[in-house]
Amino acid sequence: MKIKNTILFSLIATFFLIFLVSIWKVLATLQGLTIKTFNIEIFFIIGFLISLFHLIFNDKIKPIYKSIIFSSLFVIFDGYLIQKLPVWYNVGTFLIIYFFVSKINKYNFTNLKEEHSTQVILFDFLTLFGILFFSFVILFPFYMMLVTSFKTQIALLVNPLDFSINFAQGLKGLFNSYFVIFKSYNFGKYIITSTIVSVGTVIITLLFAIPAAYAVARLNFFGKTFLSTSILIIYMFPAIVLVIPLYTIFSQLGLRNSIEGLLIVYTATTLPVAIYMLQGYFKSIPKELEEAAILDRLSWFGIITKIIIPLSIPAISSVALYVFMIAWNEFLFSLMFLDNPNSFTLSRAIQYLSGDAETPRQYLMAGSVIVTLPVLFIFVYFEKYLVSGLTAGSVKG
Amino acid sequence: MNDTLANTEKKTAYILTLPAVLLVFAIILFPIFANVWISFKEVELKDIRIPEPRAKKIVKSISEETSKIKILYKLRNSSLIQEIRDVSFQDNFPKNFEIVNLDPRCDYNNYNLKCEFGNWPAKYRENFQVIFETNDGSKIDKKKLKSIKPKLDGKSDNILLNTNFTLKNFKKVLFDNEFIDLLLTTFYYTFFGTVGSIIFGILTAQMVNQKFYGRTFMRSVLLFPYVAPVVALAYTWELLLDPNSGTLNSLLINYQIIETPINLLGQKYIEISVLGFDFKLRLALTTVIMFEIWRYFPLAFLFILARLQAIPKELYEAADVDGASPFQKFFKITLPQITAVISILFMIRFIWNFNKFEDVFLLTGGASGTRTLPINVYQQGFAISDIGMGSAVSIVIVVLLLMFMFFYFKLLGKRVDEN
Repeated sequence: MKIKNTILFSLIATFFLIFLVSIWKVLATLQGLTIKTFNIEIFFIIGFLISLFHLIFNDKIKPIYKSIIFSSLFVIFDGYLIQKLPVWYNVGTFLIIYFFVSKINKYNFTNLKEEHSTQVILFDFLTLFGILFFSFVILFPFYMMLVTSFKTQIALLVNPLDFSINFAQGLKGLFNSYFVIFKSYNFGKYIITSTIVSVGTVIITLLFAIPAAYAVARLNFFGKTFLSTSILIIYMFPAIVLVIPLYTIFSQLGLRNSIEGLLIVYTATTLPVAIYMLQGYFKSIPKELEEAAILDRLSWFGIITKIIIPLSIPAISSVALYVFMIAWNEFLFSLMFLDNPNSFTLSRAIQYLSGDAETPRQYLMAGSVIVTLPVLFIFVYFEKYLVSGLTAGSVKG
Repeated sequence: MNDTLANTEKKTAYILTLPAVLLVFAIILFPIFANVWISFKEVELKDIRIPEPRAKKIVKSISEETSKIKILYKLRNSSLIQEIRDVSFQDNFPKNFEIVNLDPRCDYNNYNLKCEFGNWPAKYRENFQVIFETNDGSKIDKKKLKSIKPKLDGKSDNILLNTNFTLKNFKKVLFDNEFIDLLLTTFYYTFFGTVGSIIFGILTAQMVNQKFYGRTFMRSVLLFPYVAPVVALAYTWELLLDPNSGTLNSLLINYQIIETPINLLGQKYIEISVLGFDFKLRLALTTVIMFEIWRYFPLAFLFILARLQAIPKELYEAADVDGASPFQKFFKITLPQITAVISILFMIRFIWNFNKFEDVFLLTGGASGTRTLPINVYQQGFAISDIGMGSAVSIVIVVLLLMFMFFYFKLLGKRVDEN
């Protein structure tokens, strides 16, 4: 039992170490180092030995010394004997091994004897692995987008693996792609169109949704239950089946290539979820306030503007942010309805740009950064509001 | 008194909900019915433009006569296929203009030229010319003259409104050899995309539910793919996977894992041999599904995490006392607690993946075996310009969706009854 657990622990720890070092190697390669192999076999042996020695020498050496000794040995072995690599790479390796050894420090022969110890260890390492893996998989494309937008055409072709940012070219060189897309591709105008469309959608949606949500939440009328259930069913209906009829109708009415057309469609598609989210919140406002207001002979307009809206600012802002993000990110309708570059939104403009095979990729990525940044900024800044919106209105897309 | 109060309440409610209901009806419900109508018609993209009579006004001076002017109207029917009936024409002129020669089809009264041109067949063109003279001999301002635009009017048939129906579109959609393939592709895409995103959602939610440094940061990072615009993400992935200079292929070649680059988005099949068995994997479709999972697992994550945080701690404490292992705790406590969320998620994601258009369109455009039903709507309607066919495919989507919803709720209803 003891031997089996020891070996299992060492194996799990070794695989984790190999994963850590491999990720570091990939990152180093992407910074322009030439690393051709992972040396997995060698790392396997080293990692296994480190884990074993760690268990054997557990109480005899202070943890700090142990970490330093193991890390130094590893760096000397890997960085100077196998491959000759720059100092920053070796410092990184040192820190990784240091982190690794301090992670395995809490395990010793005593807790290996406990019930389910290998499963606990596996769970712990899987969690750590998951955190690193998912951070890498999610953040890497965003990082790539950003870095590519800072590169020049030649640099991209010479070494597609070089993802370092070359600060030597100065600010002007660094932001060259951005200057170009604003100057020759008219991105300033697209930003304005996108902003008008998104903000306009938010305002109109709220104007329509607040009264409707109030009625659904508070008033009794024939068809109320039908209305509130159909809201969600309508919301599940896909945009793609609306496209052809709307296209033909909008063509005949001359609403294509117009901001008004987009505003109408965006408002209609976001209204159901806005009503749904708002009525849920309105229901939680105490009724007594309105009853007092009715005694004061306040009209429904007064009730909504003087009582409901001030009390539900958090919910309204959450809906507003959510609708803004839907409208800003929307692509399908802007693809169908806009074919005149004068009325493009940002998303449509980027798609149009990519349609030309000659367009350099760094321009495409600069455009992508421009369309992504506001959304991520809003999301990170207002995360608290938005997460509740995402869960309530999650049926979208 | 009570009755009137209830009445005013009703009235108020209708006033409050009416704008929203009308808009949603016009933009969402009406098009769904319109789809049914269009899908039974033979309509092409070029037919839906209503034919218009058009006139281009050209002002020409006549040499040496400053008080005389020639105006040429280039008249045409904008449509190449339909005629316009009873075309009428109107144009205004300054108060000192007298007409020199009057066309028999026209009248000139109160400095207003009115003409009745009768019927114009498709592609009709005519150069219509009028000469004017000022009655006081003053000079003519050509720019001002040009800025007055003539008004034209005419009647034409709207091809969408006539009652010629055909079953041709549905025959073509349903009995085409490709239909089965289309259905299968859509199903693979939807099913694996849904299941994959739910599995990753469970894993990440379980992960973030533990305590570690930087947990809140991790939670927002995990949601990035879901909130970022699809256009930006799809093009970034395309760059990442590009066979010629994409990062992924360069990395794999650099580490000698593969020898020649793989065109992950442009190759329909790849042969894989596992344990001596040869498999044909639909490569581009798999890649697109990967993107789909990557982009939508955050939603599953969010839902499942919310549910996990609501599971009472006592359950786990009791399990610890009983000496349950981490895996037992996961399968015996966590999983049963999140099944309800998972089944809701499955429905939501299945429906939305089934209708997903943007992702596949931006990544592959429906090429190399990634043509799903929504992509087909676009291709039929706008690439082949057959609006009727596009509508018929939309109807197929709606019917399949309704069927899916029906079965889902029936199954779900059964389960609720059993519990």
